[in-house]
Amino acid sequence: MKKQLLAVLLLVVPMLALASSEDVHLDKANIDPTNKESLQRGARTFVNYCMGCHSAKYQRYNRLARDLHISEDEVMQNLMFTGEKIGDHMDIAMQRSDAKNWFGAAPPDLTLVARVRGVNWLYTYLRSFYRDDSRPFGVNNQVFHNVGMPNVLWELQGIQEPTYETVTDEDGHEHKVLEGIELKEAGEQSPAEFDRTVRDLVNFLAYMGEPIKQQRMALGVKVLLFLLVFFVVAYLLKKEYWKDVH
Amino acid sequence: MGMLVSLRDWIDARFPLTQMWEEHLSKYYAPKNFNFWYFFGSLALLVLVIQIITGIFLTMNYKPDATQAFASVEYIMRDVDWGWLIRYMHSTGASAFFIVVYLHMFRGLLYGSYKGPRELIWLFGMMIYLALMAEAFFGYLLPWGQMSYWGAQVIVSLFGAIPGIGDSLSLWIRGDYVISDVTLNRFFALHVIAVPLVLLVLVVMHILALHEVGSNNPDGVEIKKNKDENGIPKDGIPFHPYYTVKDIVGVVVFLMFFSFVIFFVPEGGGYFLESPNFEPADPLKTPPHIAPVWYFTPYYAMLRAITFDIGPLSSKFLGVIVMGAAVVILFFLPWLDRSPVKSIRYRGPIYKIMLGLFVAAFVMLGYLGTQAPTDIKTMFAQLGTAVYFAFFLLMPIYSKIDPTKPVPERVTGGH
Amino acid sequence: MSGDGVDTSKRRFLIAATTVVGGVGAVYTAVPFVASWLPSERAKAAGAPVEADFSKLESGQMMRVQWRGKPVWVLKRTEDMLQALPTLDDRLRDPNSLEPQQPPYCQNTDRSIKPEILVMVGICTHLGCSPSFVPEALPQPFDPEWKGGFHCPCHGSKFDLAGRVFKGVPAPLNMVVPPYKYISETQVMVGVGEDEGAA
Repeated sequence: MKKQLLAVLLLVVPMLALASSEDVHLDKANIDPTNKESLQRGARTFVNYCMGCHSAKYQRYNRLARDLHISEDEVMQNLMFTGEKIGDHMDIAMQRSDAKNWFGAAPPDLTLVARVRGVNWLYTYLRSFYRDDSRPFGVNNQVFHNVGMPNVLWELQGIQEPTYETVTDEDGHEHKVLEGIELKEAGEQSPAEFDRTVRDLVNFLAYMGEPIKQQRMALGVKVLLFLLVFFVVAYLLKKEYWKDVH
Repeated sequence: MGMLVSLRDWIDARFPLTQMWEEHLSKYYAPKNFNFWYFFGSLALLVLVIQIITGIFLTMNYKPDATQAFASVEYIMRDVDWGWLIRYMHSTGASAFFIVVYLHMFRGLLYGSYKGPRELIWLFGMMIYLALMAEAFFGYLLPWGQMSYWGAQVIVSLFGAIPGIGDSLSLWIRGDYVISDVTLNRFFALHVIAVPLVLLVLVVMHILALHEVGSNNPDGVEIKKNKDENGIPKDGIPFHPYYTVKDIVGVVVFLMFFSFVIFFVPEGGGYFLESPNFEPADPLKTPPHIAPVWYFTPYYAMLRAITFDIGPLSSKFLGVIVMGAAVVILFFLPWLDRSPVKSIRYRGPIYKIMLGLFVAAFVMLGYLGTQAPTDIKTMFAQLGTAVYFAFFLLMPIYSKIDPTKPVPERVTGGH
Repeated sequence: MSGDGVDTSKRRFLIAATTVVGGVGAVYTAVPFVASWLPSERAKAAGAPVEADFSKLESGQMMRVQWRGKPVWVLKRTEDMLQALPTLDDRLRDPNSLEPQQPPYCQNTDRSIKPEILVMVGICTHLGCSPSFVPEALPQPFDPEWKGGFHCPCHGSKFDLAGRVFKGVPAPLNMVVPPYKYISETQVMVGVGEDEGAA
């Protein structure tokens, strides 16, 4: 058996060296899914800044009310603006075909975006817009190169500018490469406040991706404890019968 | 109590109930030295039952239509009471099925369970493995996510590599010029009814073939060679109650792992539920990174490892051949193995090294199948493919020359 | 295998314990599957209360809305219609609406909150057909003394203009009045009661 283990190790270890690294460094979102106030702020940010273009068509308003501990009346007053019913989905009026014509690519539905991209990607992306006059909306993004989305949060964040460095490649050609981005014009929120706003928004997006998550984990603890009890009883039964077998 | 006995007698006069109970459970004598590796057969049966029950309940709310499928899965996750649990049980169950089946097959390699007179059990098992891969492939299209769509697109187009009939074959499989609603509907029918029926029949045959000959054991000793005065194998114990009681423990431990995944990491680190699949299928946008689900990646790595043409045969076609051969060669195992000895415990060092290399190659290929190809990775994939096939192709030679240890008359261990 | 020295009572106890724990587990596992058949959030949202605006309704006219897949009638009754109601009592099976076919606040002669507006589920209590509206107080082939009401074409059941069922017809009960409440002078919300939340 030792030889087999050796063979496995000899082959596995060099593989680890081949593991590819991430292209862009992602900041940690550090969301707290149990923080209801954070989720409520995130919901408000989402409805006010994102739902002009992005639907969340798998999320119902009444589910949001229940999970975020907001009354249905408060949801109707603060988060619903176009006559929907409380049991409706968070859909928007913009047709996908129109959106494609106006923006080049239809702004995707965001209900599941946290499960597709991950919270760290979203947190970094939303804070990585920088001024780029060559783009249709005047901004580009360090995480999502040539993204078609404008920086909807610019009033809160302020304006970020890119810094470039010159890099010479193998053929001797010089290229300008994006090195980093810096805040040049202050927005309504300080960087710390803005980080919190985006963290709350990402927290809400993570919630929308899987509303049942907290209950699922709580139930999991009970299930595993039950199985532990079952294991003890079943094991004692097995041991008792197997006394017969010498 | 007397009433139950009379009922049983009434049934027995019309149906072989007690006879079946005795033949397959209370008087089926199994070797008493089953170890850890012998849990996985009953676990595979458990996972099959789990998949069928959760599958039936998913079908109650799933819509097999390209415009509704993705949304119907989210409907199950959000709007159907406990739908999320049923969905996670089914997605985790699919991966659990392959983990259990791979370990179950590995037991066969360890103890020579495929050797005569058990060749037919092995063949039925291999057919189950093929049916299982088909079942997983058809099922994976159903959520209609980006990975579902593009994974199916890639795999079906592999059939296009077959010279002459390839394109017509792909067209016939899809029922359309690209993967579409037509394909989805027929894959739904195959996944929900056709293949499950085939699987059930094969599992019954597999167990009947096993019970006809009797189980092997970690020592590879035939327990039927040593019977007592009542004709009962001296090293045998009735399956019920000894192995029913032991398998209950195995089931509970399995359920602990199963539940841990379902309730705490249902996405399985991105391997059980892949993140691109949370985006609805878009025929106009290919994801940057298409990979099959983890249980297919060893074969996918072999497919991509063949990067050269041989005469008129394209590398694409050769890749398909190699990938198919990797599965087919397993069928021949009972006849490739010339060792006079069944269990690894009594085999020589050559087999132990070859088996170790085989496992390492399989795992490495599995990892490489998840990665984007580079020159170095392709080299390792080619090496892994060579090792994988060497295990089988060289076996007629090394299994014969490998020194063996004397096999005991009676089993060792067993309590 | 040893035959003697087997602690039978211990085995019986452990079998019982395992069976009980396993049984509990089986029940707990069955609950989600059975519960998944309950109305989903989509069904509950579709079954949510419905607004009916009768501002354009003329006296003697009837409009229809849909609630939980069923037709709900809103009828603006005339003075004559209302006055005819008490005269029919001895021809009716349940003139005082003792059976629970209406909310408590509609257990009166008119079977409504405000007399002139009748809100009622338009389904015959026999086998579920939707009766015809026959408001004129004129002799009919099915009733020479007809004072206006509803006649079911399927098996001939008759109801008055408060939905109360006649004697001698197949339908056993008065037609159902759903929970409802006024949200303005000319609007009702069907499916939510004055006294309670949504139905």
